[in-house]
Amino acid sequence: MNPIVHAIGAKKSFGTFQALHDINLSIERSEVVCLIGPSGSGKSTLLRCINQLESLSDGALWVNGELLGFRREGNKLYELKDSEIARQRLSTGMVFQRFNLFSHKTALENLTEGPTQILKIPARTAREEALNLLERVGLANKCDAYPVELSGGQQQRVAIARALAMKPAVMLFDEPTSALDPELVGEVLAVMRNLAKTGMTMIVVTHELGFAREVANRVFFMDHGQIVETGTPSQVLVKPTQERTRDFISAVLS
Amino acid sequence: MLQPVEKESAAVTNAELEQYDLSKFEHVPRKKLGRYVAAALIVAALLWLAIAFARGQIEWIYTAKYLFAPVILQGLLNTIALSVLAMLFGVTLGVSVAIMRFSSNPIINWSAMGYIWLFRGLPTLLQLLLWYNLALVFPTIWIPGVAEWRTVDVMTPFVAALLGLGINQGAYTSEVVRAGLLSVDHGQYEAASAIGMTRLRALRRIILPQAMRFIIPPIGNEFIGMVKWTSLASVIQYSELVYAAENIYYVNNRVIELLFVAAFWYLVIVSVLTVAQGRIERYYARGSSRGFQAAARR
Repeated sequence: MNPIVHAIGAKKSFGTFQALHDINLSIERSEVVCLIGPSGSGKSTLLRCINQLESLSDGALWVNGELLGFRREGNKLYELKDSEIARQRLSTGMVFQRFNLFSHKTALENLTEGPTQILKIPARTAREEALNLLERVGLANKCDAYPVELSGGQQQRVAIARALAMKPAVMLFDEPTSALDPELVGEVLAVMRNLAKTGMTMIVVTHELGFAREVANRVFFMDHGQIVETGTPSQVLVKPTQERTRDFISAVLS
Repeated sequence: MLQPVEKESAAVTNAELEQYDLSKFEHVPRKKLGRYVAAALIVAALLWLAIAFARGQIEWIYTAKYLFAPVILQGLLNTIALSVLAMLFGVTLGVSVAIMRFSSNPIINWSAMGYIWLFRGLPTLLQLLLWYNLALVFPTIWIPGVAEWRTVDVMTPFVAALLGLGINQGAYTSEVVRAGLLSVDHGQYEAASAIGMTRLRALRRIILPQAMRFIIPPIGNEFIGMVKWTSLASVIQYSELVYAAENIYYVNNRVIELLFVAAFWYLVIVSVLTVAQGRIERYYARGSSRGFQAAARR
């Protein structure tokens, strides 16, 4: 049983600010894990470290069996080159709070950019797969639209499809619905719910406790750069054992 | 909140209300006197100028005669060639130096800043003269073990002008490109990284194309500037438009007539460039909200 994401003693500091303290975690294939916690608690930083948009200050992270950022030879760790880190990132797909679709490319081109440029898949195959993915997120009719022509919810669904087009082993979601108008949240969560059903491993930073309760296998509560409490949604969200978790959940629900 | 207002208005009589009803009055638009005065003044000034030029000591027949003279047309071609090549050289340099400014390697960063400082600081004419006289410092140019040339043979007026104008242009363009790159949201770079792009590929495929929208208008402006800067090359005997005109008026003394010939062709080039710039701007505006407004209007 190999965990797909594995962290031992992971630490991250920005200058004097310690964003992550000694994170240990292990996430299994096909698990859906929701990271909850107050803002500034380190949830997004943890996600960005798993994607190597940030590098760890100390400790180690493995994704899909690969040590992130270093190559081990004997008892030496060699720092990886930019191109090798780019290759490691292919294991993870990232969905951003602010969508970050390539604004000079249509929805379809956003999906085919990675497969044709990075994975060197023939343009035709990439196009077919991209159309299938857009169909899956309910936007086949928007394939030629530029991001600026799409609503926030539609942009986020395209962004999810763009990440899936790279066939990652793990999908990371960084507050995917926080920048959306309330009436658009549902369509994005529906796409994520369907994705979870296909057995995709997902790590979701979210404030949507309802979604966490329904879809997550496990919920991690983070505060001040630490994972304070983990467990099934019913344990963490309904009967939290920690004071801080209780406070947070009652604050969110009130 | 509405309640008290209604109570008050109920107290107003119909006769009083009629006083406030403006719909029955005729509307008299404001007189735009200033506009007519300005238009009249401008037309008068233009007429006066036209008459002055027509009556002045200018033999327009010479302007017409030399407009398509082979020497002038050759000068025109040389001006266009030098402008385009120097601009290409300048933009290539400018993009490279702009990217160097983002390097985490301090040596690369500082050398980029030093280049901008030096070549933006020196007058363009002085730079042309320095390149033209490079042989004073480096009598020969060589590739070790391959070949060696005398600098005076290599540094023709054209090469000196190309180097001088291009390198000078690069210093300005790099700042334009840097501003363009900074204007692209950092999230675009993160999204490109997240699908496995290296820094350079993200720059080429994602960041630069989006920065172009901000870069093109000032570059178009500088291209037009470059067309005119090429006239400096006449000083080092490169036979561009002004040099061609000079060569003719040294012989026939029709100075102003031949300068008008050159002026005519400069305006032609600049007009063509202005139209081209508009087209390129529209191309790079795709996917931007302004691009869509423009598309909707068409």
